[in-house]
This record gives sequence, C-alpha cells and structure tokens, in this order.
Amino acid sequence: MGKISSLSEKLFELSIYLFLSVIFVVTFYPFWNILVVSLNDATDSVRGGLYLWPREFTLESYASIFRNGELINSVKVTVLRTVIGTPLSVLAISMMAYSLSKRELIAWRALTLFFIFTMYFGGGLIPTYMIIKSLGLIDSFWVFIFPGLIGVFLMILVRTYIEQLPSELEESAKIDGANDLQIFTWIVLPLCVPVLATIALFIGIGHWNSWYDSYIYTYKPELKTLQAVLVKILNQFQTGAMVSEAEQLANSSKRTPVSGESIRMAVTMVATLPIIFVYPFLQRFFVKGIMMGAIKS
Amino acid sequence: MATAVNSLNKQELRKKKGLKLRFIEQRYLLLLLVPAIVWAIFFAYLPMAGLYMAFVNYQPSLGNFWSSMFRSEFIGLDWFNYFFSNGDFLIIMRNTLASTMLTLVISFPAPILIAIALNEIKGAMFKKTVQTVSYLPHFISWVIAANIIVTVLSSDGIVNKLLQWLHLTDESILFLQEGRYFWWIVAIGNTWKEMGYSAIMYLAAISSINPELYEAAKVDGAGRFKQIVYVTLPHLKPTIVILLIFSLGGVLNAGFDQHYLLGNGLNQGYSDVLSTYSFRYGLQNSMFSYASAVGLFNSVVAFILVVIVNYSSKKLNNQSLF
Repeated sequence: MGKISSLSEKLFELSIYLFLSVIFVVTFYPFWNILVVSLNDATDSVRGGLYLWPREFTLESYASIFRNGELINSVKVTVLRTVIGTPLSVLAISMMAYSLSKRELIAWRALTLFFIFTMYFGGGLIPTYMIIKSLGLIDSFWVFIFPGLIGVFLMILVRTYIEQLPSELEESAKIDGANDLQIFTWIVLPLCVPVLATIALFIGIGHWNSWYDSYIYTYKPELKTLQAVLVKILNQFQTGAMVSEAEQLANSSKRTPVSGESIRMAVTMVATLPIIFVYPFLQRFFVKGIMMGAIKS
Repeated sequence: MATAVNSLNKQELRKKKGLKLRFIEQRYLLLLLVPAIVWAIFFAYLPMAGLYMAFVNYQPSLGNFWSSMFRSEFIGLDWFNYFFSNGDFLIIMRNTLASTMLTLVISFPAPILIAIALNEIKGAMFKKTVQTVSYLPHFISWVIAANIIVTVLSSDGIVNKLLQWLHLTDESILFLQEGRYFWWIVAIGNTWKEMGYSAIMYLAAISSINPELYEAAKVDGAGRFKQIVYVTLPHLKPTIVILLIFSLGGVLNAGFDQHYLLGNGLNQGYSDVLSTYSFRYGLQNSMFSYASAVGLFNSVVAFILVVIVNYSSKKLNNQSLF
C-alpha cells in the first residue's frame, strides 16, 4: 500500500466518524437541551443561553406539574388508557390472527380481503367523527380503546408467526379432543409470547403517544391525555398568547415564579421519559418486528 | 401437478362436507374473529358508508346522523366541483406535494448514508451508541417532536445562535412565522424523526452481503470508498428501488400531525395540506359535506397510488403488499 492510499483511507475513516458524530449530536442534543431548560431555575431561564448545562439547578418545574390538577389527571388518563387498551388490543389481535391463520376457514379469502382493505382505504376524518358521535363515544373513555382496537398490520405479524409454529403440538392436542378455543388459549398463546410482547410494546407506545383522539373526541377536561394537554400548551406557545396555559400554571403555583418555558420543557420531558424507560426492551424486540414486516411485504 | 390434484380433492371434499357442517366445525374459530369483524364494521366500514355525505348537502338538524344524511339534499359532485374550482385547491395541492416531495428528497438518502457509514465502523461501542440514539426520535409522538422543533427554532434557540455564531445572519430568523421555511422544516423534521429507524432495513440488506465480495474487491485494489460504490451500493439497489416506489405511493399523504402541530396562522399559506384543510373545514367551520368531499378525494387518489405502486413492485421484484 502506498502512502497516498493509506492517507486517503485515514481521511475516509475520519469522515465516516465525523458524519456519524453529527447524526449522534443532531438526534441526542435536542432532548438534552429540553432536559437542561426543564431543570434550570425558571426566572433565570428567561435570560436564555442555556445550551449545555443548567445554570441554576432546580426541580421546581417538575414539582409544579405535580401540584397541578389538570396535568396530574392527564397523566392518570394516559396511564389508564395504556394499561387497559394494550392488553385488550393484544388479545383481540391475537384471536383474529389465530383464526385467520387457518386457511380452511370459511370464506378465508374474503375475510382476509375484508380486513386488508381497511389498511388502504377509510372513511376519513369527518365520516369517522360522525360515526363515533352516533355511537355515543364522544366524551367517553372508551373512545381511546375501541376505534384503535385492531391493527391489521400487527395482526399480519402475529399471523405470520403463528403460521411458522410447528403444527405437531396443535395436531396432538386435537387428537386429545381439544377444541380450537382450548388450543388457542393453552398452546398457541403461550408459544406466541415473543411476538405478542413485540406488538404490546408498539401498541403501548401508540397509546402513550396518541393525542388526536383525546383532542377531537373529548371535551371534558377529565378526559384529556398528557399529549393532548401538551398540544394545548404548544398551540399557546405558537400563537404567542400573552398569558399561556403554562404561565397560568406557573402563576397558580405561587411558591416560586416559574416561567412558561420551563414548564413546557418539563411537561415535554415527562411525556418522553416513559419511552426512554421502555427503550431497552424495545430494542430487543423492534428490530425483529420491523424485519418480520419487511419479509411479509 | 400433484398439488393441483390435491387441492382439487380438497375442494371436492369441502363441497361434500357442506357449509353447515363446516360452520359448526369452525364455530370457535369464527367466534375468535367476532371482535375483529365488529371492529371493522363499526370503525372502518360504517365511516366508509358515511362518505355518502360528500354527495349531499348535509344538514345535521334532520335527526340522527344516518337519517340526516339520507334526508339531506343529494347534490352529486357539486362539492368536488367547488373544491377543484376555487383557488384553495391549487394552493393545497402545491403545499401537499411540495412538502412530501421535499421530505422524500431529504429523508430518502439519509438512512442509506447512515446504514453505509454504520457498516464501516469497527468499534462496536460507538456503533451501538449512534444506532440507539438515532432510533429514539421515531418513538416519540409528533407532539413532543413539534415541541422540540419550535424550541430549537425559536428566536433565541440553538439554530439561530449557531447561525449568528457563524455570521450567516445578524438577526434571529423567525422560522415558523415565515411561510417560506415551512416545507423545509417539515422535511428536515421528518428526516430527523425517521432516518435512524429507516436505516434498519438497509443495515439488514447490507448484513446479507457475502464478505468474500469485499475481499475480492480488495484484491482488485479497491479502497474502502470504492468497495462501497462497487459492492455495497449495487447490493442495496433492490431495497432502494422498492422503498422508493413505496415512498412515491405516499406523495399525497402529507402527515396531519406535523402540518397541524407546526402550522399556525402566519405560515398557513404554506402549511395547509389536504388533511389539515379537511380538518379545518369539517371540525372548525362545520362544513361537514365539503370536508368529507376533500377527504374522499384524498383517499381515492391515495388508494389508486397504492394500487399502482403495488402493481409496479410486483412487476419488478415479485414483492407485493397484498
């Protein structure tokens, strides 16, 4: 190897590291910036220039979130919909996947098309709103659960997994006189734990992150989810309302003045942290999940 | 041949068995499907039936939803004509296509570059850290992402500070208050959110390349850059083509979340896309039928695009969505 080529190899190596370092900073820094502002004293934050480290460390912004009834309640609603909605969805999807994994099912082709079609065409915003209204789901907790109960794409993941299971177990159970319901409950479900854990994480994150249903289908403040409250705060920040929600909040917890900015950052952090906590589990599963989807499509 | 005979036999067997017997035999399997069928009827097919709204002049006062809809005056394609002939249509279509095309141009190459770069790294620690962090934006909601974006783009945010430090601008740029920046903000935001996660597909494709090919290239005197050009990229081509076709199928689906959450009165001339327009007319101005017509137009064109995409990917690789 000549000197020039080894120099160009070095340069190549350097530019690769540089490029990936930029990617790292660009994806990591915004979260760090928000954390820094949320942990800084609010009056001090107004001076700006908070980029790397809090100047005056305090947990006051977080404390004021937990003194605020609206935010506490929104966290409760969000946790509740995640805890109730996720298992119901996983159960409904796995029942459906097991049933559709049997090609001998009556009208299997028509039923499969019936579901697949919903992935590519829908009624859209207004008709869906009207149906939800006519079903009496407006201002009901169940509007968070039922409209999104089934995910056809997730069903395909589970169905593919079931189809790859060894058929001997099912056959021997059948010989022992077990019916499909028993086979599903006692044989298929336990074998499907890995794929069900994967879809449960996706569904759970979906519940935690969803804002749209709470934003348009609920009017009662008791039913606003954390993300929907955050949308309100964001809108007020965007329109530059003089006394924003966050500032009102800050003023209502009079102990120490907290600026709207710090509260907005703290609420954003509270909404992000659970995602970061489940992250290690996610990593184990989602790469497999996306690959399964890729194979299917 | 054998399988054909086999399936013929099975079909005959089915006919002999009779529908009723099969129904009884499969009662538990069908029972397991009931929640999904009920869900599909209520939350997918009834809204589709509700699209009839787009062809009437819907008056909410005529009873419940269904009776109001069927009693309202039928006006055919009038709402569609109204949409196509008023000035909004061109602006909305321009915004939708500009936003999705710019997103495509920026966000499509990014994961390819990341995957190739990650593949060149030997230190497992650095590689793992970059990967882990770059996936994170995919899992947060657009609400959080929008909060982050308005923060870094605010007048004393990091982006303005950086531009001032580099002497590219003297005064802070009001990124979200001026419409002309909007498509770029959405495109870069979309890229930021999805580039790490999308790289997974390409990393998987790279990992299936036979290492001997790199050895052979080395013997032929190819440096690492040339190995990328002559070995890695050609192997990524099928994945790139398929993903590009699928992305082209989504050119009408400018995400509602990012346009609604980052949009405001000042940038509306640039941020208003099909979905936000339909939302505003339907739920804020109560023009239910008009908003349904806009939504139906969007769904039908998007569906046709999906069918075309599916057809072309089938032709190309025998890969299909259905």
